[in-house]
Formats: sequence, structure tokens, C-alpha cells
Amino acid sequence: MAAHLKKRVYEEFTKVVQQQQEEIATKKLRLTKPSKSAALHIDLCKATSPADALQYLLQFARKPVEAESVEGVVRILLEHYYKENDPSVRLKIASLLGLLSKTAGFSPDCIMDDAINILQNEKSHQVLAQLLDTLLAIGTKLPENQAIQMRLVDVACKHLTDTSHGVRNKCLQLLGNLGSLEKSVTKDGEGLAVRDVQKIIGDYFSDQDPRVRTAAIKAMLQLHERGLKLHQTIYNQACKLLSDDYEQVRSAAVQLIWVVSQLYPESIVPIPSSNEEIRLVDDAFGKICHMVSDGSWVVRVQAAKLLGSMEQVSSHFLEQTLDKKLMSDLRRKRTAHERAKELYSSGEFSSGRKWGDDAPKEEIDTGSVNLIESGACGAFVHGLEDEMYEVRIAAVEALCMLAQSSPSFAEKCLDFLVDMFNDEIEEVRLQSIHTMRKISNNITLREDQLDTVLAVLEDSSRDIREALHELLCCTNVSTKEGIHLALVELLKNLTKYPTDRDSIWKCLKFLGSRHPTLVLPLVPELLSTHPFFDTAEPDMDDPAYIAVLVLIFNAAKTCPTMPALFSDHTFRHYAYLRDSLSHLVPALRLPGRKLVSSAVSPSIAPHEDPSHQFLQQSLERVYSLQHLDPQGTQELLELTIRDLQRLGELQSELAGVADFSATYLRCQLLLIKALQEKLWNVAAPLYLKQSDLASAAAKQIMEETYKMEFMYSGVENKQVVIIHHMRLQAKALQLIVTARTTRGVDPLFGMCEKFLQEVDFFQRCFITDLPHLQDSFVDKLLDLMPRLMTSKPVEVVKILQTMLRQSTFLHLPLPEQIHKASATIIEPAGESDNPLRFTSGLVVALDVDATLEHVQDPQSTVKVQVLYPDGQAQMIHPKPADFRNPGPGRHRLITQVYLSHTAWTEPCQVEVRLLLAYNSNSRIPKSPWIEGGEVSPQLETSIEGTIPFSKSVKVYIMPKPARR
Amino acid sequence: MPEIRVTPLGAGQDVGRSCILVSIAGKNVMLDCGMHMGFNDDRRFPDFSYITRNGRLTDFLDCVIISHFHLDHCGALPYFSEMVGYDGPIYMTHPTQAICPILLEDYRKIAVDKKGEANFFTSQMIKDCMKKVVAVHLHQTVQVDDELEIKAYYAGHVLGAAMFQIKVGSESVVYTGDYNMTPDRHLGAAWIDKCRPNLLITESTYATTIRDSKRCRERDFLKKVHEAVEHGGKVLIPVFALGRAQELCILLETFWERMNLKAPIYFSTGLTEKANHYYKLFITWTNQKIRKTFVQRNMFEFKHIKAFDRAFADNPGPMVVFATPGMLHAGQSLQIFRKWAGNEKNMVIMPGYCVQGTVGHKILSGQRKLEMEGRQVLEVKMQVEYMSFSAHADAKGIMQLVGQAEPESVLLVHGEAKKMEFLKQKIEQEFRVNCYMPANGETVTLPTSPSIPVGISLGLLKREMAQGLLPDAKKPRLLHGTLIMKDSNFRLVSSEQALKELGLAEHQLRFTCRVHLHDPRKEQETAMRVYSHLKSVLKDHCVQHLPDGSVTVESILIQAAAHSEDPGTKVLLVSWTYQDEELGSYLTSLLKKGLPQAPS
Repeated sequence: MAAHLKKRVYEEFTKVVQQQQEEIATKKLRLTKPSKSAALHIDLCKATSPADALQYLLQFARKPVEAESVEGVVRILLEHYYKENDPSVRLKIASLLGLLSKTAGFSPDCIMDDAINILQNEKSHQVLAQLLDTLLAIGTKLPENQAIQMRLVDVACKHLTDTSHGVRNKCLQLLGNLGSLEKSVTKDGEGLAVRDVQKIIGDYFSDQDPRVRTAAIKAMLQLHERGLKLHQTIYNQACKLLSDDYEQVRSAAVQLIWVVSQLYPESIVPIPSSNEEIRLVDDAFGKICHMVSDGSWVVRVQAAKLLGSMEQVSSHFLEQTLDKKLMSDLRRKRTAHERAKELYSSGEFSSGRKWGDDAPKEEIDTGSVNLIESGACGAFVHGLEDEMYEVRIAAVEALCMLAQSSPSFAEKCLDFLVDMFNDEIEEVRLQSIHTMRKISNNITLREDQLDTVLAVLEDSSRDIREALHELLCCTNVSTKEGIHLALVELLKNLTKYPTDRDSIWKCLKFLGSRHPTLVLPLVPELLSTHPFFDTAEPDMDDPAYIAVLVLIFNAAKTCPTMPALFSDHTFRHYAYLRDSLSHLVPALRLPGRKLVSSAVSPSIAPHEDPSHQFLQQSLERVYSLQHLDPQGTQELLELTIRDLQRLGELQSELAGVADFSATYLRCQLLLIKALQEKLWNVAAPLYLKQSDLASAAAKQIMEETYKMEFMYSGVENKQVVIIHHMRLQAKALQLIVTARTTRGVDPLFGMCEKFLQEVDFFQRCFITDLPHLQDSFVDKLLDLMPRLMTSKPVEVVKILQTMLRQSTFLHLPLPEQIHKASATIIEPAGESDNPLRFTSGLVVALDVDATLEHVQDPQSTVKVQVLYPDGQAQMIHPKPADFRNPGPGRHRLITQVYLSHTAWTEPCQVEVRLLLAYNSNSRIPKSPWIEGGEVSPQLETSIEGTIPFSKSVKVYIMPKPARR
Repeated sequence: MPEIRVTPLGAGQDVGRSCILVSIAGKNVMLDCGMHMGFNDDRRFPDFSYITRNGRLTDFLDCVIISHFHLDHCGALPYFSEMVGYDGPIYMTHPTQAICPILLEDYRKIAVDKKGEANFFTSQMIKDCMKKVVAVHLHQTVQVDDELEIKAYYAGHVLGAAMFQIKVGSESVVYTGDYNMTPDRHLGAAWIDKCRPNLLITESTYATTIRDSKRCRERDFLKKVHEAVEHGGKVLIPVFALGRAQELCILLETFWERMNLKAPIYFSTGLTEKANHYYKLFITWTNQKIRKTFVQRNMFEFKHIKAFDRAFADNPGPMVVFATPGMLHAGQSLQIFRKWAGNEKNMVIMPGYCVQGTVGHKILSGQRKLEMEGRQVLEVKMQVEYMSFSAHADAKGIMQLVGQAEPESVLLVHGEAKKMEFLKQKIEQEFRVNCYMPANGETVTLPTSPSIPVGISLGLLKREMAQGLLPDAKKPRLLHGTLIMKDSNFRLVSSEQALKELGLAEHQLRFTCRVHLHDPRKEQETAMRVYSHLKSVLKDHCVQHLPDGSVTVESILIQAAAHSEDPGTKVLLVSWTYQDEELGSYLTSLLKKGLPQAPS
């Protein structure tokens, strides 16, 4: 002990510790080094044939080698290499050398000489290539060492003339990865002449082997990636490669051209066969555009993708990409787009009924028609019409990027994007809708375009429809007819797919607030008001009517003249909707009569609106009045809970907070009620029956606390403490009730033990929060802990009972943002009268489609439960891929559930619902006391319990007996 | 001079009865064997007597290739093989082989049963003819005989349409048949690799047209149908049974699926059902979307499209009906049209071209009152729409294909002369290749310069490699060797080996030359001067002064002797072998210039 202390003293001054560690390290080294390499050596010596040796090497390669013993192993391998005649074994050794030199903590410069040495004597091309690969590994490991890099580059240059493509490939790769970046670094005094790496690589652009050509281009790209500035001369070389016979060469060349065009956008290049000159970036753009109609789709995808990132290109080149001169029998024809535009500007609707509608107009001079445009002409027209959807998607993406940077181009590409809404592949449709949304602030939709866009609203895919709603939210429409059209189509959509209700309302909200002046002339028509007659009051529950009102009210917000057009019932409906759908209906300043609403002056910031205040006040009231007599407290609690629930229903943005608080209050209420039971006043054995209420209360509190903990997103640690505290109280209650109602002491021992453990656990988890819990149940409990540990169960129960009764009501601080997790099952709708028939013993797949709101990490928590009529319950874990994330806080589950059962005599309903699985232990690692790793991973992933959080849907099924 | 000869028997500056004869390197191939729709006499079939007047066709033709199942490409096949008589192989793709007999049988029925023609081919003949067919796969190289090989490429157009490459040795011809460069709802786009043929024979139906994007067309079509159905109208789409009909079906089917529409769609003919069956089978020939999704559902298994019954036409409510024939001139489509024409809610959509004189043409040109047989007048109140759905490449597409294949010359068929003229000019201008457009019966002769492969012995190659630098693809290299032609193959071997193989003794050939040199000194000294001079000039060569007074440069011998008459002149005797001709002649010219003045 004394020695130890002494040592500690030294430590503080001299830091001996480090030395000690080194000693240990060296010891280890000595232990492992001989064993590893020696075993290998023995093995290799034993090997009689090359095949044997190869086997040993393969076995050896399976195990990792420590950094310390690498060098020894390398020596042995090299030794064997010199002796070996079989090229395959040499190849394996060479590859092992490469692998070993990658070992972390090993500096491979010592084996470089040997590697270069053996390289010079090697005859087999394959082994040579492998050795160069090894050198590459060594070289990349030592990026700082200039001399080594130079040497390696030299070696690579020497072998560039090899006849095998593999060796040339590797040499080029080596050059690309290690070619010197700055020439000035090398001193002139040294014999190593500075090589122009770019020139050397460039020479191999015309190699006879396509693989080498590709490698050369790749090496060049690698140089660029490492920060070397490529010469502009490469541009011409690369352009030649665009007409190469091999697709991989063309594909790489397209990339190279793109790189050069980004490096020298402004330099001028001549146009062959004419005296004109254009900017390099324009020229490159034209060339890449040309590749969009290449024969290989790989190249087409590559080209289409790169087009999107060429933003410096001049606008007239850009606009050419959408240009395709039509002709028919040598006469100029207008495209459908142009016709549509003309019809629109002439103010007429398309008749579209004449055969000659698209009749060609003027004659074209045969000489001027250029069938193969050199340049950008029609690149996107081709790309968007491509056979492969990969190309189409790439083209749409490129279109999006270019349109974002150029408003005029955005306007022009609109027609084409709109056309893509009718693509045969859903992915492409979705992509183009998203693209349109992204560029929507640059564009205004014409009526005919809007028509096409709106036609997609009838799509049966919910994803598409929702994307389209999002798009409409931020679209600019040019005319009032457009707005009307949009509204009509949206209402049609609503009747066809009632589940889209919320999305459509939201969409109309934005549509209205963006186009107040366009909505204004439509108001009388929309509200079907008549100057002389009173019209029937529409049904307030009709979603379509609500949709119209949402549009109008949002438009009225910035258009003060509009309310004058409203009829009486409209104002009443406004008041109702402002209450019930406050997130959709804005506060309006209505003339005169609506003083109540106009009192809500805009000076009050939104977070201070009265409903929030009300919430705060009612909670305050509860917390301040805790010392009231039990009867009063109970009444107050009940009242407040009712208020909160109502508030939650009315104000959806406060629903989370309100529900959360209400749940907490309900727990408290239950606890109070349970403690008011007569049970406590009477001798234990007499009240067996009545104890039901208390134990049920305890159980319910437990459930509610789990809900509070896991069903709300945004719950912070301070709430968790309170929740756990409540749960602890419930557990105490349970213990007391059991003690009261059971005879005999034996079962109590276990329960007490368990409870005390829980308390201990609580203390460990939330020790930082304990100071906030003063005067609470737990605070007192912890004070008495030593006494409890030693006393008998009966005494423990007694203490607990008194403490529970004395415990105060803890204030639950409200979190900033809290949302209750909820789920709606859209599919199955549960309305079908036709049972799903299937043969018993086999399975039937049931499509489940649900939206989840505010669920954190749904992939691991959300489960599907199927309840059969016989009480059998089945839990299904959906695949992570079944969840989609359409927006923040929202998830969508689209999965298939397999049902199976033995034969039934008649169809019956099964219930399907969604569960939220939780595991309270998973919270533990968050607390600073317990280091990760103590809790076994199995515990973390296991499910402790589940909370149903969606309405259950009934599905009619009928397993038929199997026919023999 | 080797040449490729092409003679169109049909489709030369014309559309219909495609039939093109190609002779390439001594092989004769017939491409397509179609009928002409415009004629009902002998002119409907190609004039096969052009090939041979009295001999058997089989002796003159090596093979027949059919590009696709349209009758103007295969309609004359049974006549040609069974009635004229041809027993050689007929090549076509699997779908063509499957669908072709259905169409031939249909054609026969109309000609014989309806029109009552005699001397027409029979059902048995169609069967016998199909027995001669050899089916090929895409990109499969088929050896017709030892030298002739053919290969099929995807052509779009209709199911199973293919382009064929015909190759003998290094000469090749590509025949496109009909093709489509833009993909449609059920087929992909034509594709060919850079095969660089000597001749590309391409169709040119739309030589002077550049078409609008297909999306606009599709959208218009769908919109019109949708609107009509929504207003409770009935839509009639007259189609021909195969090809476009399937595309339109898929288009409507997917649209119905997407939009969740409920109105029924009917398809009227039995022939199509049979053909649809083949469309279901040959999934690999369809486009990406159908190929990718057929595991879930085969797109040709229509959910919404049902078989039509005559009685359905009177059903109330909206419906869409596809009915044959396509030009409304007879049959079911006309019947339905008469029933529905009176209601302005209804609509007829003509998806293709209509020949003059047919009802289709009349209504398209705006006629609203039609005289039917029996002096009835039918008033057309229904809406009439025209949509062009055609699966031929437009001018841009043709140029694109020419660009992809990089041929040495192009030949246009299957199009109108006036339009071809334009395209021809464009092709010559942009690709700088010759372009031809022969009329029927006109022969185009195309000289070729086929490359002849020569085998080289490894020994010789290695020796040459060792001498010179690395081979450079761009620079020609001089190589000494002997070319041996034996059994029509060529070999390049070293001369020693050639001598050995041929059993010949080697002849030495030496050139000698005398050079007169003015030099009063002794012979030895002259030789010495010559030696030093040469030594200084020819630094790369081995110059030696032999003890007997002569000088050697490599293997060239130079001897100096006094002139017999003039002692002041010395005669230099230069002698070299044939192999050293280059160096020898250089030396003589060098020596003739005289020696430099001795420094003395």
C-alpha cells in the first residue's frame, strides 16, 4: 500500500505511467511476433506443391495480423516469394503484401525496396499488376513522403510500356493516385526529372485497349480529385474519346469533359468547320447533350446527370435543350406545346376536333434543316422520352437543378415537366412532381398546364396525390379560371378519395392565401349566393363545403373587401370553423359585427393566444390548490381534466400538451380516489371485495404512466422523472393493497424486495433530478430507506401507507413541444361485406396502409396486432422498408400482414390495430451513471409492453376448409 | 473487284411488298417477302421471275430473312416458298414465327373466302412454309453456311421486329426492316451497336417528318377518352388487330388503373385474343416497364379490357370499344359506328391514317352526312378525333440510327421517292457517305475493299518486334517476309521457312557496281581513305577494314583496284546482296560523290 502511494506521488510529478505502458506493449510484441510469422514460415516450408502453399496462404489470410508482427510476416513472405516458381502463389503473396501494408499502425516504407526489387525481376503480367497494386497501397499509406512517391511514379512510368493491359491499368492507377501535385517541391539537384504526369497519362488516351483508355481517364479524374489542376489541352483529347467504341470509355470521358468545363468555363474554343468561337462550358454542354442520345444507357444516365450541374452555361444554349423543330413533309409544324400556348393566348379553348388541327404550316428550306444538331438541341426532349426510366429520372433531376438556377429556363421547361406527370413509372411521376414543387417559386402555371397537372389528382397512388397537394400549396396560378379549376378538381378528388381530406384542406388553405385577388371574383359563385334570393344554408359537416370555406377565408385574410360578400350563415360558419379547425382558418377582421374575433388583435403574439393561457391557468389552479380537502380536490381535478380534453379537441396544436397534462391529472385523481377508499380504515381481512377499486386504480395508473412516457414525442428528462415517480407511487399502492388483501407474509417478502429494488433503481437513474422532488413521496422514502431495508414487510407496508397519504402533488413542468403519437389505419377500411376467403392453413396477405404522426423511430416501435375472434392475438413486426417518411414528424406504414387460421364455419371479423411497443429499460443508458455495455443488447431490443395507439379496424375473413 | 449488289423487287421508292435482293461476296440473300396492299392482281407480290427464269430458286438464294410479321413484309412468303418453290432456310425471330401464320391465315381467308380468289395459297401451304422457318434470338449469330452469318438486333416497331446484319467475311450489310427509335408503351427503342457495315439498308417512311414528343400525343388521347367517358359518352377506337392496338390497350389499361375508372373497355376481335396470348409470352421483347413488372402482373393480362359482344353496343352508360378494321370501311367497327354516330356525347378516335374512300377518311375530312348503302343517309353527330400513333422512326431517328451503326454507305427503301431525296441529301451532307435510293428492279452496285486477313508466323513477328520499337497503331511498318497463298488462306512467313516449306533452294542475288574515283595514290591508301570516310559518315553501321585491303560495311564489300588504263583513277568495286539493296545503293551514291579532300 505504501509503495502504491509513493508511486502515485511520483506519477503526479513525472508521469511514469507512459513508460510503463510502453513496457507492456513491447512485451506483447515479443510474445506474438515469433508465433505468427514462425507458424507461417513452417507452413510454407512444409508445402510440397504450389497448390499446398496457396492453401496455406489462403488460410493465413483469413486471420488478422497485429501491427507489430507485420514486418516479420512480410520478411517471410518475401523470402518465400524469391523461391517460388509458381505465378499463382507469387500473385497471392503479392496481394498479401498489399493487404499487410494496409494494416493500421504499420509503416510500410521498409518493404518498399523489396517490392520494387521483386517487381524488376518479375515476368508474369498478372503478378506484375498485383505488385503494382501493392505499391499503390504502400504509396497511399505514405502520402507525405515525396521521395517515395517520386520513386513509385518512376516505376509506374517504366512499366507503362508493358504489353499486358492489366499492368498498364495499374500503372495508370498508380500515377493517378500518386502523381506529384506540385512540381516546385522537387529540388533540381536531384536526379529525378520532374515528369509531367498529365502528359504521360494523356498519351494513354489513345491506347489500343479500351480498359487502359478507361483507366487513363479515371487516373486523370483522380488527379483532379486530389487537387491537381488539369490542363486545358486535355479537353480536346477527351472530346475525341466521346466517339469511342466502348461505353465505359465514353462514360468516363463525359465525366472528364465535365470536370474540364468546370475548371475553364470561360476560355474560348473554336467551332470546327467554322470560324466562330464559343465558351468552353457551352461547347462542353453541347457535347454532353449530344451524349444524351448515346447508344448505351449507362452513358446516357451519366450525361443526363452531369447536365444538371452545369450552371454557368449560357441561357440560349440551355434553352436549346428543350427545342425540337418539328416538320411534316418538309413543312414546319408547331409542337403541341406551342399550339397549346397559342390557344391560350388567343383566349380560346382548344377545339381539338379537326383533323387538320396540327396541320403543318410554312414550307421549310431543305438546306436549313439540320437533322443532327451539333449541340444542345433537344437533349432534354430526348432524355425525357428515353426508354430507360433511369435516364428519365436523371433528366428530370437535371432539369430541376438547372431550372432552380435559371428562372427563364424554369418557365420553358414547365411544359416538359408537366408531360412527365403522365409517365408510366410511378417513380418518375413522383420525381417530376417533386421537381416542380422545388422550382415552383419561379413559375406560374398556365391554364392548360394546370389542367394536366390536376388530372393527376385522380391517380390511385396516395403518394402521388399527396405530392401533388404539396405542389399545389406552392404553385402560382395565373387566372381565376385556374383557381376554379383547381378547386373543382380538388373537390372531385375529395369525393373519390375521402381520406385525402386533411391534405386537401391544407392545400386549399395555401392556395387561398396565395391568390386572394383571384379568389375574390369567384366568391359569389363558390358560396352560391344570389343577389335577391336567400339560398339554402349548406351542410356544415360537408367536407367539400368546408374545403370551399377554407379557400375563401384564407383569401379573405389579405383581401378586406371579401367579407362584404359573405352571407349571414357564412359568418356563423366562420366562427364555428375558427374554433374547430383553427389551424386552417385564420383570424379575420370582420366588419362591425364580429367584435369578439376582431378583439384578437395581431399585437398578441401567437404563443400567447387565449387558449394557451387558459391551459396554463387551469393547470396553475390545480397545482396551487393541492391542500384543499379531498372532496374539493377531486372535483377540481375532474373539472380540469374535462376542460383540458375539450381544449385538446378544439386546438389541435395544443392537443399534445392538453392530453399529456390531462393524463397526468387523471393519474393523480385515481391515486387520490384510491387513497380515499374505506379499505384503509377497516381491518384488513374484512374488505376483500372492495379492494378491487384500489388495485384497478393502481393498474390503470401504471398504464397511463407508460403512455405518458412513450406515446408523446418531445418528452424531456424532467417529465420522465415525474412520470416514473407516479409509477413508483402506483407500485407502492399495489404493494399496500396486496398486503392488505392477502393472508400470510410469505408472498410479501418478494414483493417488498422488488419494490425496494425499484426505489433503488429510481434513485440511481434520476439522482440529478432528486433535488427537484423535495417533499415528494420519493424524497421521504429515500430518507427512510435505511430503515426500510432492515424492517419486516408488514412494517414496510405501514410506513409506505402513511407516506403515500402524506405525499404531495408534484408539479408537472410542461415541455416546449409535445405531440401525442397517433395512427390512422387507412387501409383496410373495414367496410367490406365480402369476406376475404382463403384456404385454412394457408396464408392470406392483407394490405395495411396507415399514417403515423409523431412517432419516434417507428421502424422499431410500431407493430401491427391482429386479434382473432378466438382471442388469439398475433403481433407482426413490419419491415423497416415498409415505413416511409413523407414529412417531418409524419410516417407512413405500407405493409402486408399475413393472416392464417384453421377452418371456420362462417366468416368472422378479425381486428387489426397498431401498437406502440416500448421498453422502459431502453431509457437507462441515457442516464450518466450507467455506462453503455452493462445493459445487454438483448434487453434493449426486447419489448416490455405495448400501447395500442390506433383505432382497431375490423376485417371480415373466412378461412375455408381445404378441399381434398 | 469485289462488290455488293442490291436490287429491290419491292419497296424501292415505294411502301409495300418489301423484297430486297442482296448479293454479297458471292452469297445471295432475300430480305423480306411482302405483299402490296394497293393491288389485287399479280402486282401484289414481288416479281420472283427476276431472280431466275427457269432454274429453282433454292439454287440461287442462300437464305430468306423476314424482319417482322406485317403482311407487307411477309405476305408473299407462302406463295414464294410453296407456289414458286423455295426450299432453303427462312430466318425470322420467335415472335414473328409465332404470329406470322395467324396473319397469313387471316389474309388468305379474306382473299379466298370473301373475295373468292382462285389460285391463292392454301392453309396447308402456310403450314408447309412455316416448317422451313428457322427462328433466331436477338444478338444470336447464326451461321447460314460456312461463310454467311446473320445476326438480329432489336427494332421496336412491333413485337418481334428485328434488324438483321448479314455478314460474309469482313463485308457486311445491315437491313433495318421497319423500326422505331422512340420507345412506346409496350416496346422499347431500336438499338444497334457500332457494327460499321459496308451498307445500311434503312426504311424511310417518315423521311421528311420530325415528330412531336409522344407524351403530348398520349396525353391528348387519354384526355379525350377520359372526358368523353366522364360525360357518359361511348368511345369507339377503330384499330387494326395487331401492333398499335396493343399499345393503345396498355395505355388505356394503365390509365384506368391509375385513375381508378370504372367504365368498361371492350376489345372486339378474336384474332387479337390469339395475338395477345403471344404478347404475354414474349415478355423479353417488350419495354422496360413491362419486363420489370411482369412478375407482379403481366401487363397484357388486361384487368379492365374485356371481350366485346355485339349486344354490348346497346348497353347504356359509358364504354370504350376497340374494333376492327381500322379505317371504318367494313366489319364490326362500321356497325358500331352506325349505332353510335347519332349521339353527340359519343366519340370516335381514329388512331392512324385512313385511305381515301373509306368512311374513316370521310369523317376525318369533316363530312357530317354519310351516304350508306341502300340510300340511307347517316348524320354524324358524334365527335371525331384524330390521333397519330405510328411506330416508324422519323427523320431524326433515322439519322440517329445511321450515326449509331456508322455504315460506309446507306441505301433507302420503304418510302416515297420525293421524301427519300431529301433524306438522301441530308445523309450525304452530314455523314459524308454515299446514299442510294434505287427504284424497284434497279440494281445498285457497291464496290467494296474487303480486308484480307493474313496469318503471320510467330517467329517472324517476334523477330520483327525485337528489331524495332513497340508497335504503333498509327504508323505502318516495313516487314520482310514471304507471302504464301495456299488453299485460299494467306500466310506471312520468313523467307527461310518459305524456302523450306516449298522445298526450294536459296538463290543468292548480288549486285555489283564500279565507281570510278580520281585518286593517284595506291590502292591500299585509297581503301584506307574510303574506310575512314565511310567510318565517319556511317556511324550506326559496322565498317571494317579487312587485312586483304578491302572494306566491308555490314555485308557489303568494297574493293579498290587501279584502273587498267588510267593509273590516276581507281576503280571501287561495290558488291552487295539483294537483301542489302537499300544500304548498297546508298553507299554507291555516296561514293559517287567522291571522297572528301584528304587533310594531308
